[in-house]
Amino acid sequence: MKPWIAFWNILAKDMRSYYLKPPNISWGLLFPLVWIVMFSIRSGLGIESLPSLLPGLVGLSILFGTTSVLSVTVTFEKKGRSFERLLLAPISLEVLMLAKTAGAILFGAVNAFVPLLVGSFLADLSNTNWATLVPAVVLIAISSTFLGLFIAVSVKEVFEAQTFSNFFRFPMIFLCGLFFPLEQLPVWLRPLSYVLPLTYGADVLHASIHRPEHMPLILDFGLLVAFCAVLFAVSLRNIRRKWIK
Amino acid sequence: MNEYANTIEVAGLAKRFGDVTAVESVTFRIRQGELFGFLGPNGAGKTTTINMLTGLARPDAGTIHIRGIDCTRDPKGAQHLMGIVPDESNLYPELTGFGNLCFCGALYGMNKRHRQARARELLDRFGLADAAGRKFAGYSKGMKRKLTIAAAIIHQPQILFLDEPTTGIDVASARQIRQLIAGLNAAGTTVFLTTHYIEEAERLCQRIAFIVKGRIVRIDTVEDLMHQTEGRYVVEFAVSDKAAELCEQIQAEFPNLQCQAVANSTIRVESCEPVRVGPLVRSLEDRNAEVFEARKIRPSLEDVFVHVTGIEAGVMNKEKEKAKMGGGS
Repeated sequence: MKPWIAFWNILAKDMRSYYLKPPNISWGLLFPLVWIVMFSIRSGLGIESLPSLLPGLVGLSILFGTTSVLSVTVTFEKKGRSFERLLLAPISLEVLMLAKTAGAILFGAVNAFVPLLVGSFLADLSNTNWATLVPAVVLIAISSTFLGLFIAVSVKEVFEAQTFSNFFRFPMIFLCGLFFPLEQLPVWLRPLSYVLPLTYGADVLHASIHRPEHMPLILDFGLLVAFCAVLFAVSLRNIRRKWIK
Repeated sequence: MNEYANTIEVAGLAKRFGDVTAVESVTFRIRQGELFGFLGPNGAGKTTTINMLTGLARPDAGTIHIRGIDCTRDPKGAQHLMGIVPDESNLYPELTGFGNLCFCGALYGMNKRHRQARARELLDRFGLADAAGRKFAGYSKGMKRKLTIAAAIIHQPQILFLDEPTTGIDVASARQIRQLIAGLNAAGTTVFLTTHYIEEAERLCQRIAFIVKGRIVRIDTVEDLMHQTEGRYVVEFAVSDKAAELCEQIQAEFPNLQCQAVANSTIRVESCEPVRVGPLVRSLEDRNAEVFEARKIRPSLEDVFVHVTGIEAGVMNKEKEKAKMGGGS
């Protein structure tokens, strides 16, 4: 048995069936662009404020890009019972779920580079530290995808997946330091920020593009990796408990 | 006899869902190359048993060994040996017939050239070559079922699990599927077939287990099960109507016979001795019933099933009707 053949074909099928469909591609492009325009107008600071907005836009693009597609597709396949076919294949659950999430991770990471690409034409990004930014984008994509997986395993219906995703996503826009520093949050809300993985990703993104880091980068990266591991492990445990009864 | 003369060995299998006992104390062995039937009404525990055997459900108690692999400890360990046809066709609607088969081959680690060649071979064999490029969503029920079976055997499994393979499809497709199953078994594949179609089990299987309310009530070869009907005589009378009312009256007049109205115009009479038709016809005519026909019936596996399980044939017939209307199991 060669698990990489199964892994690659699950990923390729998902890319063709979901992520490379025209509506998804256009959504993946439009979503970051709309956020750029909206925040540029709202901030009223003009184009020079773009570097300070970019980390938030990158974070949002990844978060929405990964969670919206993955949680819906897994729930959809589970409901249509085609997911059973994957569970019956002679590959480990770890390989199977990594294959199912790899498409969303790639999609989220590519989404992240839309605002960066647009930003590079409109603002001076020459001081950007790509060596920290790229790994941060990848880790945010992984943690957000695994959050999407956690959501998919927690619900039964496709509409529930969307609703439950928003339960996490919308508070994260404000709580993770994407557009304003955590210090501006009320003290009682701050503990909530520190249990959300995007907080640590946003800190690295800000540090890579326009300002010094809030926490040591090694801690940010370490916690992002830890969140990825915990979310994946919890999702696998829930799949074993709920779907292989 | 080799080490794995019994391809599947199940002992004391049990499964509960909350307060409901789905399967209890299920024990059986299936020999290599055997076509084994699991026969029972809806809700008897057939699908739950298949799910436990294939790794989609965890047993609460008991052991499962498939070709010597302890599947209770390592549910994934034997999946490469199995092909599984679930009770609903669950291939990918957005993929073509050919694409679905190739994808399923990839799940079993087949390389591209091998799985494409095998997919073409199976599409030809299952009469689906013309529909190979069409999306699965556009297939008819019979075509979907055939492609689902093809997907299950793409990797040439040693054991094939079929859960109600002919439920809800047209007669011609069902017949074709039965021929395919018999062909696969003749080629050496061990087949585990669940069905509530008694004639299907009788026609295809070498051994049959009757399962009722999660418990196996009888396992035997079809021949041995049919021996039970030796010494039983059955005659059916076609009457104008009111069979139920006539049946009650006949039963009162001939207490040694077992009378049953099997339809509005059919009375079935059973006895341990040859049935004397003359007095019965006269009695019916005395009650102003028109008797069109009296025919001797060869007792069937259905009679054995009714005798062993106590479930009336009507219950199974109702399920057949429901299934034909798309109710499934």
